[in-house]
Amino acid sequence: MEASLRAQRTAALLIFAFLSLLAVSSSAAQEIQILNAERRIDLSSQIAIVFLTLKVENTGKAAASEVLLSFPPTEADHLAEVKAQAASGKKRKKTHVPLDVKPTDVPDAPKGAKCFRIALLNPLSPGETSTIEVLYMLTHSMEPFPAEISQSEPQLVYYRDSAYILSPYRIKQQTTFIKTPSTNVLSFSRVEPTNRAGMELKYGPYEDRPAYSFSPVLVHFENNNPFAVVEELVREVEISHWGNLQITEHYTLAHGGAKLKGVFSRVDYQSRPGASGVSSFKNLLARLPPRVHSVYYRDEIGNISSSRLRTDSRKSELEIEPRYPLFGGWKSTFVIGYGLPLEDFLFESTDGKRYLNFTFGCPLSGTVVDKLTVKVVLPEGSKDPSAVVPFPVEQHMETKYSYLDVVGRPVLVLEKKNVVPEHNTLFQVYYSFNPVFMLAEPLMLVSTVFFLFAACVAYLHIDVSIRKR
Amino acid sequence: MASPESTINGPTKADSKSLRNAFGGVIAFIILVLIGVLAFSIRLFSVIKYESVIHEFDPYFNYRVTQFLSKNGIYDFWNWFDDRTWYPLGRVIGGTVYPGLTLTAGTIWKVVNSLNIPLSVETVCVFTAPIFSAFASWAAYLLTKEVKGPGAGLTAAALLAMVPSYISRSVAGSYDNEAVAIFALVFTFYLYIKTLNTGSLFYATLNALAYFYMVCSWGGYTFIINLIPMHVLLCIVTGRYSSRLYIAYAPLVVLGTLLAALVPVVGFNAVLTSEHFASFLVFIIIHVVALAYYIKGILSPKMFKVAVTLVVSVGLAVCCAVIAILIAVVASSPTKGWSGRSLTLLDPTYASKYIPIIASVSEHQPPTWPSYFMDINVLAFLVPAGIIACFMPLSDSSSFVILYIVTSVYFSGVMVRLMLVLAPAACILSGIALSEAFNVLTRSIKFQLPGIAGNSTVASEESGSSSVVAPSDVSKTEKTEEVAKEKPVKKNRKKEKENVEKKPTPSKTERRLLVLPLEASVIAVLLLVLLGAFYVVHCVWAAAEAYSAPSIVLTSQSNDGGLHVFDDFREAYSWLSHNTDVDDKVASWWDYGYQTTAMANRTVLVDNNTWNNTHIATVGTAMSSPEKQAWEIFHSLDVKYVLVVFGGLVGYPSDDINKFLWMVRIGGGEFPHIKEPDYLRDGQYRIDAQATPTMLNCLMYKLSYFRFVETDGKGFDRVRRTEIGKKHFKLTHFEEVFTTHHWMVRIYKLKPPRNRIRGKTKKSKSSRSVSSKRDVKGKRNPWH
Repeated sequence: MEASLRAQRTAALLIFAFLSLLAVSSSAAQEIQILNAERRIDLSSQIAIVFLTLKVENTGKAAASEVLLSFPPTEADHLAEVKAQAASGKKRKKTHVPLDVKPTDVPDAPKGAKCFRIALLNPLSPGETSTIEVLYMLTHSMEPFPAEISQSEPQLVYYRDSAYILSPYRIKQQTTFIKTPSTNVLSFSRVEPTNRAGMELKYGPYEDRPAYSFSPVLVHFENNNPFAVVEELVREVEISHWGNLQITEHYTLAHGGAKLKGVFSRVDYQSRPGASGVSSFKNLLARLPPRVHSVYYRDEIGNISSSRLRTDSRKSELEIEPRYPLFGGWKSTFVIGYGLPLEDFLFESTDGKRYLNFTFGCPLSGTVVDKLTVKVVLPEGSKDPSAVVPFPVEQHMETKYSYLDVVGRPVLVLEKKNVVPEHNTLFQVYYSFNPVFMLAEPLMLVSTVFFLFAACVAYLHIDVSIRKR
Repeated sequence: MASPESTINGPTKADSKSLRNAFGGVIAFIILVLIGVLAFSIRLFSVIKYESVIHEFDPYFNYRVTQFLSKNGIYDFWNWFDDRTWYPLGRVIGGTVYPGLTLTAGTIWKVVNSLNIPLSVETVCVFTAPIFSAFASWAAYLLTKEVKGPGAGLTAAALLAMVPSYISRSVAGSYDNEAVAIFALVFTFYLYIKTLNTGSLFYATLNALAYFYMVCSWGGYTFIINLIPMHVLLCIVTGRYSSRLYIAYAPLVVLGTLLAALVPVVGFNAVLTSEHFASFLVFIIIHVVALAYYIKGILSPKMFKVAVTLVVSVGLAVCCAVIAILIAVVASSPTKGWSGRSLTLLDPTYASKYIPIIASVSEHQPPTWPSYFMDINVLAFLVPAGIIACFMPLSDSSSFVILYIVTSVYFSGVMVRLMLVLAPAACILSGIALSEAFNVLTRSIKFQLPGIAGNSTVASEESGSSSVVAPSDVSKTEKTEEVAKEKPVKKNRKKEKENVEKKPTPSKTERRLLVLPLEASVIAVLLLVLLGAFYVVHCVWAAAEAYSAPSIVLTSQSNDGGLHVFDDFREAYSWLSHNTDVDDKVASWWDYGYQTTAMANRTVLVDNNTWNNTHIATVGTAMSSPEKQAWEIFHSLDVKYVLVVFGGLVGYPSDDINKFLWMVRIGGGEFPHIKEPDYLRDGQYRIDAQATPTMLNCLMYKLSYFRFVETDGKGFDRVRRTEIGKKHFKLTHFEEVFTTHHWMVRIYKLKPPRNRIRGKTKKSKSSRSVSSKRDVKGKRNPWH
């Protein structure tokens, strides 16, 4: 089953490659060529981090204001983040300027390929060259094989890619380096020249490849890094103008690596920690903001007692252990909650609006989040919320009723799929709020108690009996 | 009574008196609020020391039911057929559960959430018990106030707020029926006494409603429906029949029985079972008596005598016939119409003889003497004094309290858990005793201190005369303080009660005689305060140390002073809930049934609602059978996982190996091939090298000790304090899938049935039988 699937996929890739070769002629219209491309793929964690350096030359007549990137369909689904920057200057004095990257459609690209458009700072005049550095990350791109392992076996994974960089431009010279987490590489495809030295595989250099050239390669290697996947994370950020920011995070954690086959033996796990369950993980580190207070860590059946909090003036680190070590395919759910001083995160903008400045991503280090939902609960009575997020997210509004609410609190919901630690950047939520609303609930309570006493006094002083005593 | 007094006295005095009364009321109110706060907060030790979590076993079931109720609503709750327990039989939850507790918590949750206060169901469930214990102490105040006045009421409420016996069942998280039932019990009694004292039909109706709530809450309602008839009978026999008694009793029986029959779990049992017969019998008697009194009222004495002889002769015949029919009906049922638990109460040896499943529960054992001291502490010494105080004078209400304490002392002697019924009675009587003692002692001090503030001319007059009387009193009561305290109490009571009815002026002359010597009373007051202080210290200790552990989380002090947490149960349940299929069946001993369904959300074979003995016996048999037979039993029941609790590694004593003999006994009760002697060596239960081969080959032993020897090389069991008998063995039909961090819970998976290979069946069978024979030989050799 597995083998046939693989064969199918390989066949599909070959056809794809063939098609892409056909497409070369049409893409010649692009009058840019890449003089030198270097690709470094880091596979040492569960996320494939790819660092691409392109030296671009404009061979056409007109100035080019943008450069296209393309990804094969297998990678396009796993693509978590693409960043580009322009490098200028030599060696040490290099300066980096971030560039704008936007997904786009290229009509003559092979079917399923996903393209991105990098807008250059200054249009590239004919004959000029420029260096662009691109960083992109792929999640779930390593497929465990064998898919099921026993407790004592190491975890082996496949990584698929192309020996040639898929590009809409002709590439004069290109090299690909693949860094594996250990020296244990079981097999790798050869597209000569191919070298292996220690933990590094080198494909290339390849000279003068036409546009959209593709040559699938497969690397089979050992990767025992924890494949901690948060399948779903809901972060709720609740703003209270009485001075507290309450964060509640609901996690559904899974081990995304090779599934555990058969037995889990505690004896082996405890007595031979190095040899047993190497791909499992038992603790995770959550990096929380400084000055965090009232931290809790629990699940639906109560407090989980195995956690440790370290705080200093610059950061807080919460080390958590799920109830049991996670082996391949095992799942766990838990909730982390904490409070933060509001003045660290809420500010007033120049136009009188308030804005929350908070980190977007998942605080657990080294994890991939398949679906992240950030809910910003604004205080009751706040108006016109709007979010500023540095990457595309889905947004909608909800209403939440909490302590003694009458009209409910507006909730701004931000959703994003495929989140990597790189997304732990700040985002802002702007809203306007009248401080009078802060007094609504205390006044309500006070008046309730007042009316209660008034009713008591009235009852005690009114004789409601029909017959006079 | 205050108003006629004030009219007699001058206007200034009346003002001061009413002002004092008002202040007294306010102070009593504040004290009651504080008592409520005390009752609530003393039960929070478990939340502070551990966490806000549901405790133990039964509360998990109630919690699960409450979750269902809050999610699906009341109608689905009544119709709930639970297919996640007692597989494959299932259980009709709506019809077999006392719904009072869950409905109460569900209502609280609903109200709180409709006010947009986002409390979780769990939080509400955790704090239901402390809230209701505050209510219970207020109910105790009301009841005692009806019997002996507000002073005794406040004392009783304060005592009940912190009585350890009640704390043990109502700490935060102990979400069990008893938590609300004790309030319902005391409140029902209060309304009964109130009706008895006032003769108001309004209170009689309320009483029936309170009884209804009690029926909803707890099976212990039979205590009410037997105790009240007993009291009515007592009143009739002692010639205390009155129309108030009739109003207190007749509506309760009629309305109460109708209402009780509305509760699905009771239903027609309210008229069919023997537990309720006493009430109907007394209902008939009270009508006969009422009729007799009525006829006596309208007939002349002569005519009445004639009528009596006529009625008695006819009535006797009819009664005999009715009783004969009743007895015949009752006798035709095997248990004489009594449920097993009730029979255990009437005959304490019944359960151990016939129903091992009731006897196996530790809380159904008779208590030991230390447990009385632990659970009601100094109240045990104050209760006799309270009983004496109740006899002076004996009123309808005080006779009820006496009857209550006497019966509950008996019941608590039969079962540990019924200590809970004793606790309110003990508190009420101790409250009466303490309050009366303080009353007498402080009065004697007051009358003998000449310069006391607030004592006007009257007091100074008194002091002169009292000093004359004092020496004589001293000579009389120069014994121990105890005697000195109690004897005058006995004398005083009767007179004082009369005093209340009389006008204040003549009473003063009599009061002068009731004075104790100053020194003795001061010392006695100090001693009583000391006693109270001791009680408080004990209660706080019991609440903090003895009764606050939630039992699903264990802690131990580690060497460096830190706290080591054993959270293995939840680790296992959490693993089950996340890493097994949602419809998998888990077999374990019934103790863990409720927890497995509530925390792991997996189907279980048996749980703590031990309604089907055969099913439990099946699991017991499987656990005590050799691996293959056990596998067959479990496989026939679709079981996928087997869960055992094992304390041998960390020394957790209440594990399955220690409970194992009960599994053998209960299994053997239904399946005679399991024989208890096979598991005992010379009558001793052991798991070391001296153990019998049956023991060493049974499933429970194997699942508990599988690969245990690899932990320390010897296989030393820290609970049994011995090395295990059989150290190296393999499992052929089960495989280990999960063991918790401290090995306290081990989960095994049944291996799938072996594929049948055509033509080879015969061979493999014969070879297997040979090997099994060899096995037996190999096993026997070392020990014979």
